[in-house]
Amino acid sequence: MHVPDGFFNAATSVSAGVVAAAGVAVCLRGARRELDDRTAPMAGLVAAFIFAVQMLNFPVAAGTSGHLLGGALAAILVGPYTGVLCMAVVLLVQGVFFADGGLTALGVNITIMGIVTVLVGWGVFRLVTGLARGKVVIAAFLAALISVPASALVFTLLFWIGGTAPIEIGAVAAAMGGVHLLIGLGEALITAATVGAVLAVRPDLVYGARGLARPLVLRGAEGESTTVGEPEPVAATRSLKPFLLGGVGVTLVLAGLVSFFASSSPDGLEAVAENEGFIERSSDHLFGGWALADYGDVGGIPVGVAGIIGVGLVLLIAGAVAYAARRRNEIKV
Amino acid sequence: MGAGHRHQLYLPGDSVVHRLPPQCKLLAVFAFALVVVATPRERFWAFAVYALLLAGVVMMARVPLPYVLRRMVIEVPFVLFAFFIPVIGLGERTTVLGLSLSVPGLWAAWNILAKATLGVVASILLAATTEPRTILLGAQRLRLPGLLVQIAMFMLRYMDVILDEMRRMRVARESRGFVARDLRHVPVIARSAGALFIRSYERGERVHLAMLSRGYDGQMPIIHDMSASVRQWGTALALPAVALATWGLTW
Amino acid sequence: MGTDVVNSLEVRQLAYAYPDGTQALFGVDLSIARGERVALLGPNGAGKTTLVMHLNGILTAGHGSVSVAGTPVRKDTLKEIRQRVGLVFQDPDDQLFMPTVRDDVAFGPANAGLRGAELDRVVEDALERVGMLAAADRPPHHLSFGQRRRVAVATVLAMAPEILVLDEPSSNLDPAARRELAEILRSLDVTVLMVTHDLPYALELCERSLILSGGVIAADGPTRELLADSELLAEHRLELPYGFAIPAV
Repeated sequence: MHVPDGFFNAATSVSAGVVAAAGVAVCLRGARRELDDRTAPMAGLVAAFIFAVQMLNFPVAAGTSGHLLGGALAAILVGPYTGVLCMAVVLLVQGVFFADGGLTALGVNITIMGIVTVLVGWGVFRLVTGLARGKVVIAAFLAALISVPASALVFTLLFWIGGTAPIEIGAVAAAMGGVHLLIGLGEALITAATVGAVLAVRPDLVYGARGLARPLVLRGAEGESTTVGEPEPVAATRSLKPFLLGGVGVTLVLAGLVSFFASSSPDGLEAVAENEGFIERSSDHLFGGWALADYGDVGGIPVGVAGIIGVGLVLLIAGAVAYAARRRNEIKV
Repeated sequence: MGAGHRHQLYLPGDSVVHRLPPQCKLLAVFAFALVVVATPRERFWAFAVYALLLAGVVMMARVPLPYVLRRMVIEVPFVLFAFFIPVIGLGERTTVLGLSLSVPGLWAAWNILAKATLGVVASILLAATTEPRTILLGAQRLRLPGLLVQIAMFMLRYMDVILDEMRRMRVARESRGFVARDLRHVPVIARSAGALFIRSYERGERVHLAMLSRGYDGQMPIIHDMSASVRQWGTALALPAVALATWGLTW
Repeated sequence: MGTDVVNSLEVRQLAYAYPDGTQALFGVDLSIARGERVALLGPNGAGKTTLVMHLNGILTAGHGSVSVAGTPVRKDTLKEIRQRVGLVFQDPDDQLFMPTVRDDVAFGPANAGLRGAELDRVVEDALERVGMLAAADRPPHHLSFGQRRRVAVATVLAMAPEILVLDEPSSNLDPAARRELAEILRSLDVTVLMVTHDLPYALELCERSLILSGGVIAADGPTRELLADSELLAEHRLELPYGFAIPAV
């Protein structure tokens, strides 16, 4: 499902880029609360693991095969914030080092395969573990199962809004959803098995299931035992509020930006037909004064300008939030 | 160990392209991809010039052409999707070889094929001429958030570990006659994935401990100087600049 | 030992349990004077590796204390402690993670803030001491196992540690590499704690030995005496190789 360059129009790519950058920025802050000095290595390992397992293609039905997306798995193993970061890094590395997924489509890829799968996966996971305590493996199964078709549907929706080809959304959504429900089954099995295996051997590594310490025992020379100190309780669950708020924010930005851009960038050949009358039309828009709003997939230098401004915006937001997160962190320690 | 790096695209060499600082190349490829994506699909000439530009880089970097072509298989799923679009597309229809195809769909297919191919080739060239670790240092210089760079660094370091484990486990599976055929075999692969995670985690944990024991505090020490001269920036940015000029000229 | 001499290593009543609840250490006490070479013997699962992880603060004591050259191992002293305790891991592939031998040896001193010519001097000196200077610009994974272990020792020496802690230094080495490593270790002028179940190697290199068993120190004395006590060895699942006898003095 790695989207290459040229699949979505510039407006959608830029909007998705902004969404992805904002999402990653929020997660950069959140990740510091989820894990300690093991954040980077643990996240790096999960990223490498997801990358490797994505190469394990499993057969779905005659002729088609699917591979893991990994969003739900990442969320359960390292927590939702770090999970998004893992997915972002996987997609970044695939795009830059392996030419898998276009550089300009990075925003779209991170949004649909990173943010959506983690949000949906973690949401379902928390919902199920909330209803049935301790059923971590079952929750992992359901989370993974639902996250994949959800991601496919968001892809379809985005393609309908800002894809470079005109499609009939109903038919494509049904086809994509159907195939990805099957892929989701494979994803669910792998996720549940991985979480189950890790839970059995190293429960301390599963973010979604924390808190198993016992008091310490001292053994004397004659074999007598004394118990010392209660271990400090590990916060088993953390407030979900900031994450949900972040998710809602991202969704709002996505909905707002994409639909707004889409309205000013007609699809297909229409774009060419309207090329000439375009500049006059632009002032009718609500945000007509904002240069970016006028330029869609139509052509001319401004698209490049839009792209550059979009990228600049992305870097600015990511940088600012990362900087803020670092400062906050220093003060706390 | 010795077998670790075959999965990466990097091809060691000593060309002008290889020697450019990574941050220059990253920015150049990214800018080039932007120009390509922003080019309207009717300007066939511009796409031809872009392709020639990339061919020029291939020659300068002395990357064998078959190597580039072989790596382009990554694009295949989307090529298939692109061929499918004219069939399911909406709008005005035309008949080609007895097939009823959508005209906007055909345009869309050409658009995706041309832009995706150019983007893929540019990325392949970047990866073929730059060591992954150096690309990350370049990204760090371009102010990518430090945590992301670190995660990516660890990811590359652990990738070898995981792929080695994966190969050993596959050999173990297949030497006992296992071949994945349909959905019923997913549980076997799933269980392997669980074991794979534990095995590579414990290895990765030891590597991390070794780093901690030598004073690692979350920042990779920069041992080599990485600054780029104006000339090097000029050389690297020539690619997107020429592409941009082409775009202007074919107006 | 003068009264003003601080021990290289002091461990008091150390206990630790892993996050999954398994307790590995049940109150370890030991002290090592500056310049001593001590072997830590014990069967698999005795808690040797867990103990080693406490010496430079990778694991934090659940109970009790560890101090290195008088400095307690705490969160605020970690940077200093990690420079003073040089840990050589059992598997050199865990320890060597940079693209070339030179970069790998430079990793520690560079983290401590060294740069430029001074960094080069420290790196080359460390490689010289283990006889690996010629391989400085090669990738670690192209070296033989024995060579990699020597580079691993160099990565730690480059940090000029107060105490060198080696985890199973002789494992997987062929006899020649084993002897070469012994010569290097004997030539170094640092305190050494060697974790091993290679009893002849302990006898060859260390005058004193400790036996860690069941998460506590079960015996502490001259290596020769401990190894001669076959009852003690059997009790802690330690065995001399077939045909090996303690040579007379």
